[in-house]
Amino acid sequence: MNQHLLSMHDVSAEDVIRILDTAESFREVGTRVIKKVPALRGRTVVNLFYENSTRTRISFELAAKRLSADVINFSSGGSSVSKGESLKDTALTLQAMGADAIVIRHSSSGSPFQLTKWVRGHVLNAGDGTHEHPTQALLDLYTMRERLGRLEGLRVAIVGDVLHSRVARSLSFGLVKMGADVTLVGPATLIPADAPQWGVHVSHDVDEVLSKLDVCYLLRVQTERQRLEYFPSVREYARLFGLNRSRVSLLPEGSLIMHPGPMNRGVEIDSDVADLPQSVIEDQVTNGIAVRMALLYLLLGGRQGEAAAEVTDG
Amino acid sequence: MSKILGPDDVRRALARIAHEIVERERTGGLVLVGIADRGDHLALRLAGEIAKIEGVEVPVGILDITFYRDDIGLSAEAPEVHETKIPFDIAGRTVVLVDDVLFTGRTIRAAMDALTDLGRARRIRLAVLVDRGHRELPIRADFVGKNVPTQLSDDVRVLVTEVDGEDGAVVEEGTTGSALKETPAVAGQEAPAVAGQEAPAVAGQEAPALAGQEAPAVAGQEEGA
Repeated sequence: MNQHLLSMHDVSAEDVIRILDTAESFREVGTRVIKKVPALRGRTVVNLFYENSTRTRISFELAAKRLSADVINFSSGGSSVSKGESLKDTALTLQAMGADAIVIRHSSSGSPFQLTKWVRGHVLNAGDGTHEHPTQALLDLYTMRERLGRLEGLRVAIVGDVLHSRVARSLSFGLVKMGADVTLVGPATLIPADAPQWGVHVSHDVDEVLSKLDVCYLLRVQTERQRLEYFPSVREYARLFGLNRSRVSLLPEGSLIMHPGPMNRGVEIDSDVADLPQSVIEDQVTNGIAVRMALLYLLLGGRQGEAAAEVTDG
Repeated sequence: MSKILGPDDVRRALARIAHEIVERERTGGLVLVGIADRGDHLALRLAGEIAKIEGVEVPVGILDITFYRDDIGLSAEAPEVHETKIPFDIAGRTVVLVDDVLFTGRTIRAAMDALTDLGRARRIRLAVLVDRGHRELPIRADFVGKNVPTQLSDDVRVLVTEVDGEDGAVVEEGTTGSALKETPAVAGQEAPAVAGQEAPAVAGQEAPALAGQEAPAVAGQEEGA
């Protein structure tokens, strides 16, 4: 494993298997009466969130707490950031306070990478702009493997606003790495021009692909990231790409419906579809805690980096 | 490498331990918990022996103690984890912990902490196939298959058919890191590796074989404890 988790390109297929296997063991901890183990006692994990988030921040917080690490939650609203403190100064402050790992979410792509230049601890990318969201991809891989028994050869469609979606990028890279067959589906304006180089297929007709899928992965229509109009109207989008009952009937038996949340019910997914048994959206959330525990454990459970070692030994 | 137990020795030792457990603890409220990834197989064998003697099925669980180890962060990589499967409540039961080799006692310390988090057992007992000495904690076994005097730097391994293809136990004298699986020997020059429990860490290649004085086996106890 690399020292940091910034992108799905940082992990090998072997690492992915190790992370998912480790997460398997951590899921058992979540079923206990006392959902806590002492593995990371004395380590400090900082959640540095410059963008709003419910599930990712809470999931990371729970994961760190269940490992007995100390957790500091930092959101840009109630901090010195509102007084104009730069990311670098904030990072150096956290470093000076002895953070062993920093979990960062930021609206600028590449800010986690920037952070690694300033701090000695581990950096985990919890979503940076339209770049990547690797922990989401890993929990999705976990959920697919758990439900379908494998990743290799799985036929997965990622439907929606791929262009603005860090989830779609990370998940595509991860799935391709594990030998799955990925199709990106959406209006031509929302499919990145370089997508064919990711090793995926592209389609603009959701009805054409549905019958050949093991997983239909829906992306949120992200109105907050769109500066231009990429499609005429939300209603048209829902009609052309939204997953409704009649589209679900095209899906093969045993296939899964997934969504990274938060959902726009009635846009990319109909409300009744989100609550169908083949929709595993809640599993994704539950598995997210175990996968993040595994990541924190694997990154922080080994001897700390050269620089850190020098400091503590000296 | 020398053999200290053959397949028949293992069978006899387990049969005797099973008798001793039944005699001292009875089977009411008795459960066996094997420590992964050899103790769990031994626990299942013991349950089989107890079933032969008493005709009762004693519940068997698997415990992974990785999260409770005191050397997390001392070896280069995070120790590998296995799954814990204890599909019954241990509260109020007599728990017999089963492990393959009793060495420093650190695994057992971790196992007791792990059990405590799972419930309040009425009592916890310890059964091991091999006791090789060199305790670093005030822990002793209630049921022992064989006591084996060893050098601190020796590597003692129990083999079980389910994992290794045969039953037995072997000692490798003053070994190098080759046999280690869990804790890839942190061949620190000044800082000889950590005494991982399953993988009694062996110092670097050049480390003196006669251990003891020159090779302080457990580095960084202070940080680790």
